[in-house]
Amino acid sequence: MTTIFHFFFVPLSIGLGLSVAIMETMYVIKKDEMYKDMAKFWGNIFLLSFAVGVVTGLIQEFQFGMNWSDYSRFVGDIFGSLLAMEALMAFFLESTFIGLWIFGWDKFSKKVHALFMWLVVVGAMLSAFWILVANSFMQHPVGYEINNGRAELNDFGLLLSNPKVWYEFTHVLFGAVLLGGFFVAGLAAFRLIAKKDIEFNKKSLNLGLIIGLVGTVLSIGAGDLQMKALVEDQPMKFAATEGLYEDSGDPASWTLVGWQDTDKNESVWTLEVPYMLSILSYNKPEGSVRGMNTINQELIAEYGDRNYYPPVKTMFWSFRIMAGSGAFLALIAVVGLWFSKRKKTLWDMKWLLYIIGFSMFIPFIANTAGWLVTELGRYPWTVYGLYTIADSVSPNVSAASLLTSNIIYFLLFSILGGVMAYFVRKEVKHGPYHIQESENEINRKNDDPFEKEAFK
Amino acid sequence: MSGLQFFWFLLIGVLFAGFFFLEGFDFGVGMSTRLLAKDKAEREQLVGTIGPVWDANEVWLITAAGAMFASFPHWYASLFSGYYLILLTILFGLIIRGVSFEFRSKMEGQKGRELWDWTLFIGSVIPPFFFGLMFTSMAAGMPIDEKGNMVATFTDYFTPFSIMGALVLTLLCFLHGLNYIGLKTIGDVHTRAIEYAKKLYIVLFVGLAAFVALLYVSTDFFELQTTATTVIVALMVVLSILATYGVYNGKEFLAFFTSGFTIISLVALLFFGLFPRVMVSSIASANDILIVNASSTPYTLKVMTWLSLTVLPFVLAYQGWTYYVFKNRIKKDDVVKY
Repeated sequence: MTTIFHFFFVPLSIGLGLSVAIMETMYVIKKDEMYKDMAKFWGNIFLLSFAVGVVTGLIQEFQFGMNWSDYSRFVGDIFGSLLAMEALMAFFLESTFIGLWIFGWDKFSKKVHALFMWLVVVGAMLSAFWILVANSFMQHPVGYEINNGRAELNDFGLLLSNPKVWYEFTHVLFGAVLLGGFFVAGLAAFRLIAKKDIEFNKKSLNLGLIIGLVGTVLSIGAGDLQMKALVEDQPMKFAATEGLYEDSGDPASWTLVGWQDTDKNESVWTLEVPYMLSILSYNKPEGSVRGMNTINQELIAEYGDRNYYPPVKTMFWSFRIMAGSGAFLALIAVVGLWFSKRKKTLWDMKWLLYIIGFSMFIPFIANTAGWLVTELGRYPWTVYGLYTIADSVSPNVSAASLLTSNIIYFLLFSILGGVMAYFVRKEVKHGPYHIQESENEINRKNDDPFEKEAFK
Repeated sequence: MSGLQFFWFLLIGVLFAGFFFLEGFDFGVGMSTRLLAKDKAEREQLVGTIGPVWDANEVWLITAAGAMFASFPHWYASLFSGYYLILLTILFGLIIRGVSFEFRSKMEGQKGRELWDWTLFIGSVIPPFFFGLMFTSMAAGMPIDEKGNMVATFTDYFTPFSIMGALVLTLLCFLHGLNYIGLKTIGDVHTRAIEYAKKLYIVLFVGLAAFVALLYVSTDFFELQTTATTVIVALMVVLSILATYGVYNGKEFLAFFTSGFTIISLVALLFFGLFPRVMVSSIASANDILIVNASSTPYTLKVMTWLSLTVLPFVLAYQGWTYYVFKNRIKKDDVVKY
C-alpha cells in the first residue's frame, strides 16, 4: 500500500519537474515572460507533490528494516548498497537544489536558476534509477552468490548492466514524463473550459500535450521491449498477463479480453486476435508461447513443489488497462495537437477539452496497473527464484503492530492525499497571477499602521 | 575486524552526528515557532531561517539509515524491526513536519495556518525525543535473542535512563535551535532567543548530570571504554560551559558551534561505548550484535567506499554552498516564501 501511494507521487514529481524545467528553459531561450509565469505556477504544484513524495519515500526506506527484517538481512549486501547510493547521489542533489530553486528566484541569473530545476530533475531520475536497479535485482538476480544463507554481491557492474534495469528504467521514466505532460494538459484544459487565463492555459495545454505525446510513444516502445524480454526471463509473468494457461498454438493468437477460472486453472472464454501474440512476443508472425500450466511444472521441477500461479485475473486486467491507456493517451495527444494547430478550433471544442481534462487521471491508473503487473508477477518470490515473500517478514513484529501501522499509514495518506488535492485545486482556481497579487496585498497590509498585530 | 568495517561503523556515526547537528537546529527552530515566536510574523521569520536548508539536512538521516542498511544489514534489520513502534512514531513526526512547510504557506485562513503550524511544532518535538529514547535504551541493552531479533516490551523502551536521554536530546536540540536563531536573525526574536537560552542552559546542566549518573548505572560504557567515555563526558561538559559563556557574552558563533558539538559528542559517546558491538543484548552477551558479524561482505564495502568517496565531496560542497548563498540574517518583515 505504501508503495502504491509512493508510486502516485514520485512519477508526478519527475514528470512535473521535467515539465517545469522545460518551461523555464523556454523562458531562458525565448525570453517570453509567459514561460516564466508557467514555470512558477506549475512549479508551485510540483512542490506540493514533491513534499508528499519525499515523506512517503522516507517510509519506504525505513520499512525494509521494520517490516521485512529477514529480507533485509538476506539482501542487505546488495539492496542496501543501492539504497545508500540513492540517498547519496540522488536525494542530496534533489533536496539541496529544490531549496535553491524555491528561494533563489532573485538571487541568481535566469540560466543558473533554470539549471537548478534541471539538477532537481536529474536527482529525481537518479533516484528512480537506483531504486529500479534494486527492483531489477529482485526480478532478475545477477552478480551475486549465496553464502551462509545470504545473497552476497560479487559483481557490482553486473547489477548495473542487468538488462532488466534498462527496460524498467526507461519504461518507468517515460511513464513519468507522460504523466507530467498529461497532468499539465489536463488541468489547463479544465481552466480553458472555465475560460480563465486563456493565453496562459493554451500555451500550457500545448506544451503538456507535446510532452505527453513524446512520453507516451517512448513508454509504449520501452514497454514493448520489456515484454519481449519477459518471454525469456519470467515466462510465468508473461503468460499470466496474457491469461494463457495452455501452450498457445503456432502462430499464437493474442487474447484481447477473456475470463479465467483461477480454481481450475483454465480460461473460460476468450476473444482473440490471430498472429498477434507471436508478433508481440517475437516480432514475427510465428512461434508459440508457453502457458502457465507448462511453466508451473517447469518451476516445480526447478524450485520445488509450490504454487507458482500469480493472481492471474489482476495481472491480466492490469496489463490491459495499462496498455489500453497508453494507446488511448497517444490518440488523445495526437488529436489534441492536430486541432490546436488549426487556429481556434481546439479551444472551442468543449468536448475535446473535457476528454483531455479527464485524461489527466488515466496515467495514474495506468502506472498503478503497471506496477501491479511487475510486482504481483514476481509471486511467490521477493527475489526471483531465491527468496519467497513468506521468508521475508520480520519475525518479531506483532500482528497488532502491523495493523496499527497500516491504519496510521492509511489515515495519514488519505489525509495528505486529500489535502494535496485540495491545494492543487485551489492553486489552479487562483490561476497563475494570484500569487503576485496576494504578495502585494500582504505588503500593503504590513504598511497599515492600524493592523491589529501592530498593537500587540 | 577489517579496516573497511571500522570505516563504515565510523561513517555511520559521522552521518548520524551530521544529521543531529544539522537537523538538530531545524528541530529547535520548529519548537521555537510555538515556544518563542509571539505572532505570525515572527513565526514566518523563524521558518525563513531554515526554509531553504531543512530538506537537505533531513537527507542526512536517510543517508545514515541507507548506509546502515548497506554496510551492516544485520544491525539495520534488528534495530529497525525491534524499534518498530518507536520508529513509526518518528516517521509520523517527520511526515507531518515535512508537509507542514509546504502546506502552511498555502493556507489562507488563520485557522488553517495555525493547524499546519502546530504540526510543524509537534513534528519537531517527536523525532529528537524518540530518537533520544531509542538510542539511549539501545546503549543500555535490549532483549535480543540468538537470531538477532529484538523481543522488547514497554518497560524495555521506557526506562528512567531512556526517558532522561530523550529529554536531554530534545533540550539540546531546542538550545541548538535557539543558538541558530541567535545567529540568523535580528530583532525581538533574536533578543528573546538569547534570554531563553540563558535560562535553559542551567536546566541543561542538571539534565546532563542526571544523564551521566544514569549512564554509569545503566550501561557498561564506563567499564568497557573507560577512557573514551570519561573524555567524551568531560568534553560535553566543557562544550556546554563554552556555549553558556557564548550565550551570556553575545558570541553567537561560539554558542552555535559548541551546542552543535555537544550533540555530536553525545553521538560519539554512543558509538564509542558500543564499540566493537553495534547492539547490546540484555539477555546474554553472546547475543550482542558485533561489527564483525553484522557487516556486509568485503566486496560490497569496497564498492561502496569507492562510490561514496567519489560523491561525498560534491555533496558537501554544494550543501555548504547553500548555506553560503543564504547567509543573510532574516528580519521580521522580510517577505520569505513559505
